[in-house]
Amino acid sequence: MFANFMAWIDKRLPVTDCWNKHLAQYPAPKNFNFWYFFGSLAMLVLVNQIVTGIWLTMSYEPSGEGAFASVEYIMRDVDYGWLLRYMHSTGASAFFIVVYMHMFRGMMYGSYQKPRELLWIFGMLIFLVLMAEAFMGYLLPWGNMSYWGAQVIISLFGAIPVIGDDLTLWIRGDYVISGATLNRFFALHVIAMPLVLVILVFLHILALHEVGSNNPEGTDVKKPKGSMKPEELSKFKFHKHYTDKYDIVDAIPFHPYYSVKDIMGVAGFLIIFCWVMFFAPEGGGYFIEAPNFEPANGLKTPEHIVPVWYFGPFYTILRVIPDKLLGAVGMFSAIIVLFLLPWFDRGTVKAMKFRSTIHTWNLIQFVISFIVLGYLGTKAATPLYNMIGVVASFGYFGFFVALWFYSKNEKTKPVPERVSG
Amino acid sequence: MKKLILAIFALVPMFAFAAGGGAHLDKAGNDLTDKESLKRGFESYLNYCLGCHQLQYQRYNRTFTDLGISEEEGIANWMPTGEKSGDHITNTMPAKEAAAWFGSAPPDLTLEARLRSPDYIYTYLRSFYVDANRPFGVNNKVFKDVGMPHVLQNLQGVRTMDEHGNLSEATGGSMTAEEYDTFARDLTNFLEYTGEPSKLEREAMGYKVIGFLIIFFIFSYFLKKEYWRDIH
Repeated sequence: MFANFMAWIDKRLPVTDCWNKHLAQYPAPKNFNFWYFFGSLAMLVLVNQIVTGIWLTMSYEPSGEGAFASVEYIMRDVDYGWLLRYMHSTGASAFFIVVYMHMFRGMMYGSYQKPRELLWIFGMLIFLVLMAEAFMGYLLPWGNMSYWGAQVIISLFGAIPVIGDDLTLWIRGDYVISGATLNRFFALHVIAMPLVLVILVFLHILALHEVGSNNPEGTDVKKPKGSMKPEELSKFKFHKHYTDKYDIVDAIPFHPYYSVKDIMGVAGFLIIFCWVMFFAPEGGGYFIEAPNFEPANGLKTPEHIVPVWYFGPFYTILRVIPDKLLGAVGMFSAIIVLFLLPWFDRGTVKAMKFRSTIHTWNLIQFVISFIVLGYLGTKAATPLYNMIGVVASFGYFGFFVALWFYSKNEKTKPVPERVSG
Repeated sequence: MKKLILAIFALVPMFAFAAGGGAHLDKAGNDLTDKESLKRGFESYLNYCLGCHQLQYQRYNRTFTDLGISEEEGIANWMPTGEKSGDHITNTMPAKEAAAWFGSAPPDLTLEARLRSPDYIYTYLRSFYVDANRPFGVNNKVFKDVGMPHVLQNLQGVRTMDEHGNLSEATGGSMTAEEYDTFARDLTNFLEYTGEPSKLEREAMGYKVIGFLIIFFIFSYFLKKEYWRDIH
C-alpha cells in the first residue's frame, strides 16, 4: 500500500531519490566531532524562530502606539505567550552563538578553502542577512534600547558622503525613528528577510552536498573513480550521484548515523537553551537589555546606548575609530574580510592540526580579539577600553593580513590520504 | 577548544545590569512565593502609589488570581467601584497636567522592577531625605533630584543627609524602621510580581522541561551509541 503510494509519487516527484541523495545515501565523513553539531543546531534555531515568530505575529501590533503594550499583552494575557516570546528572544541570541561556533569550525578546519568557496560565501550571506534580521527584530518590542540602538546604527549610513542624509531618511521613512520605521522593519523582519534566509540556507546545503562535507582532518573522502582498491571502499551504499564519479572512503550515510548523533546534539543544546530561557531569560541583561522594559522615548536616552551582544565585535571596531565615516568603513570591512577569507588563505592544507604553529596561534589570537571586541561592545566606552579595543581591532584584521603572508609558503605537516582512526 | 568554550561562557556572565546612578543598593530580600507579603504590597500600592503611578499592563483579575484573592472579594474590596475586574490597574491622573505638576509625568510602574531591579525599588523607597532646595522639600539618594514628593513620609518619618552623604535615622514616622523596611519590601515584592506575573510558572515549568530533556539526552546518547557500534 505505502510502497504503491510512494511509487506513484516518485513517478511524479523524485521524493525517494532526493531523500537518498541528501540524507540516507549522502556520504558524510565518519570523523565529525563536537564542532559539527552547530550546522544542524542552526537549522533547529531557524525553525524555532520561524514557528514562534508566526505565533507572536498573531498577537503583536506593529505600530508606534501599540507595539510595546502588545508585547506585554503577549507576556500576560496570551496563553503561554511569555513562553513564545522567551523562545524567540533567547533563540535570537542562541542563533548567533550557534552561528559563530559554526563559522569558527569552518575557520579551524579550512572548510572555506577550495572547492568550498561558494559554500562559505553563501554562509556569509546567511550571516549578513541574519544580522539584518536580528537588527530589525530588535526594534519591534519598541523599548527604549530598541529605539536608541536603531537610531545609532541607522545614523551610520548618514556618514556616507553626498547621499548619506537622504539615505538615512529613506531607510527610516521619517526624520527620526518612528512608527513608520517600525512598520517597515516589521514587514522586512517577518517576510522579506526570513524568505531570503530560507532560500540562502537551501543554497548553502545544496552547495555543501555538491562539494561534499569537509572534516576535522581536511582530507577528502571522495577519491577519483577507480583509484581505490575495492576493500578500501566504504562498505555503505551511497547514491549513484556520488559513486558514479568517485570512490567513497571513510564515509557513512548521513542518515541514520548523523541524524541520531544530531538528535543527541539537539538534546544537549536544548538543556542549555532551556536553562537560560526558563531561569534567566534576560540573559543577565545581555539577551534582553533592561532599558527595553521602558517604552521607546525619543526625548530620553538610556544611560549607555549599547547594541545587543552579538553586534558587539563590529560595534567596537566602529567606535574605536574616531572618524564616523572611517568607523563605518572599518565596521563593514570587518565583515567583508570574512567574505574574502578563501582568498586571504593561500594555503592548500585545510585542517588546523596539519598546519603551522603560527597558524594555530593566529587563530587563537583571532578568537581572543573577537571575544574582547564583543565584550567591549556591550560596555560604555572609556579611554582604557578604547585602547584595548584598538589592539583587539588590529588583532582581528591582523589575522587576515598575517594569514595572507604566511599561507603562501607555510611549513605544513603531511596530510594523510585517509581519515585516521 | 577548551579555551574557546571557557571564553564563550565568560561572554555570558550571569549578573544583571547596574541599575543606574551607581549608588549602593540594599538587598530587597523579597519572596515572590509569599502571598501575604504580595497582598500587603498590593494594598499599599493601591493606597499610596496608584494615585499617580499606573500599572497599565496589569489587570485586576489576574492579580486577584495570582495573589489568591477570590473574584468576589477582589471586586468588593480591592478595586474602585465602576471598573470591571478585567480592567487594567489605571488611574485618572491627566498626563499633561501631571507633567506640569511634577516636572515629568509619573511613570507607569508595571515593569519598574525589570527596568531597574527590585533592590533599586527597595532602596529608593527608603532613601528620601530633607532637601530645602527641592520643590517638595525632599530629595532621594539613589535617584538624585527626583520629581516626586515623599509620599510615605508619614509612615517613615524624616531623614537628613550629613556632609558625608550619610542619611540619619528616620524620625517622626508612625512606623519603626523595621516596620517600614517590611512595608518597602512588600511593595517591592508586589512590583517584582507585576513586572513578570508568570515568573513562578516559568520556573516551575523549567524544572520539568529540563528534567525531561536530561532523560531524553541519556536515551539519545545510548541510541547514538547503539547505531554507531560498528563504525570505526
